[in-house]
Amino acid sequence: MDTATKEEPAFTGSVSKPHQGKPAASAVPVVSYRDVKKSYGDLEVLHGIDLDIAAGEKVALIGPSGSGKTTLGRMLMTLEEPTSGVIEVEGEPLWQMERNGKLVRANEHHLHRMRSKIGMVFQHFNLFPHMKVLRNVTEAPRKVLGLDKEEAHDRAVEMLRKVGLEDKLDVYPSKLSGGQKQRVAIARALVMRPKIMVFDEVTSALDPELVGEVLAVIKEIAEEGEMAMMLITHEMDFARDVADRVIFGADGRIVESGPPQELFGQPKSDRLKSFLSRFV
Amino acid sequence: MVSKWLEWLPLMWEGLLITLQVTFLSAIVALIIAGAAGLCRISRLKWLRGLSYTYMLLFRGISLLVLLFWVYFVLPFLGIELSKMAAAVLAIGLNYGAFGAEIVRSSILAVPKGQWEAAQALNFTSAQRMIRVVFPQALIRMLPPMNNLMIELLKATSLIYFITLTDLTYQAMILRSLYLPQTAQIFGLLLILYFIIASVISLLARLLERKLTAGRM
Repeated sequence: MDTATKEEPAFTGSVSKPHQGKPAASAVPVVSYRDVKKSYGDLEVLHGIDLDIAAGEKVALIGPSGSGKTTLGRMLMTLEEPTSGVIEVEGEPLWQMERNGKLVRANEHHLHRMRSKIGMVFQHFNLFPHMKVLRNVTEAPRKVLGLDKEEAHDRAVEMLRKVGLEDKLDVYPSKLSGGQKQRVAIARALVMRPKIMVFDEVTSALDPELVGEVLAVIKEIAEEGEMAMMLITHEMDFARDVADRVIFGADGRIVESGPPQELFGQPKSDRLKSFLSRFV
Repeated sequence: MVSKWLEWLPLMWEGLLITLQVTFLSAIVALIIAGAAGLCRISRLKWLRGLSYTYMLLFRGISLLVLLFWVYFVLPFLGIELSKMAAAVLAIGLNYGAFGAEIVRSSILAVPKGQWEAAQALNFTSAQRMIRVVFPQALIRMLPPMNNLMIELLKATSLIYFITLTDLTYQAMILRSLYLPQTAQIFGLLLILYFIIASVISLLARLLERKLTAGRM
């Protein structure tokens, strides 16, 4: 188990950078990991993670590759099942459901209901290549949320305007640059209005000169405030800039956690010091 | 000489119609079976996977001619009597469906995992993931191998000659017995006709591929 998280058991986002007008984290956290472990065969990659993310809170996950950051996000998006432990979303277990007073493994119906609160942007965009940009963004609102055509269209256009791509509605993804693709992917996830969005190394597959445009879009969305974000990233400046709280994980544990200026300014553990030294 | 060619044409035309009919109908049966069996092969249900796997193994492994004989000559002893046309369509459809199922399965599995995941992250149901996201992409991958398979199927229809369906090959054999000295010309014509039908199939497949990939590759 992880000592750092025990020292500070309740991260509830009442950190120094509250987004304006938000009541402090009195309410239930939007996401709560409780002793979550993940193994692949005999190899345990996450050794009991405890982590709360408050409604609207922006949490950056940093750490060396293989530290389990991505797995943490993928388990929240229901792409990978935890080996043990509980992930709660707005107070309700994600991977378990109640049946006759007992918690049993969630069925697809439960997962479907829970997923409506969660969104994800992937490292490799994963746009649907057979749909034009607009349809990439309208398809889920229409077929999943059941919006009618005009409503879905209006919402999609609004989101695509937000990411600066309202002139690319009628274009196939293959005609876009990596940065544009990722911005479409962000719009596509945003349009579903999740309570929390996982950004899984969203700039790692981009050419360096395209990273900025994507980070700028995410920063702008972060400043709007209401949606919580889990930012899995290798961009330290970005983490410092956008996150309310930064979590440093290594070897399947949370090593250190705190407001960005504290974590980057006075890192406590040697592990974090040596990790950060690589970015100077 | 020309008059002889003209004498052949009505018979060849009749045969051509039968060949086209059998090709078209058995292609439809084969594609439907291929789609169903291919999807079953990747089903979450073990018994469905087992069933489709057994079907594939079985019908890929037996000679089409023997299958044709079974359907047409043996089934009547079991109380199932089929017309020649139905027997031909069923036998060819079952045989080529087994090959097609593997194409369907592998094409679906070849769609990147990220596509499934993105569809899941957007909360599409598993049926919607398949129908809206994965299958349309798999379809494009299927086209070239399916095109090959359909040409194979066309050529295999000549076997229905053996259950005395009067297809192109059958008519050519009749003509040969009537115009023995022109055997080369008759079979030459036969070759050309199969080649033309095969080319039309390829052309259709390519047009479909172009339509499906328009603007996005």
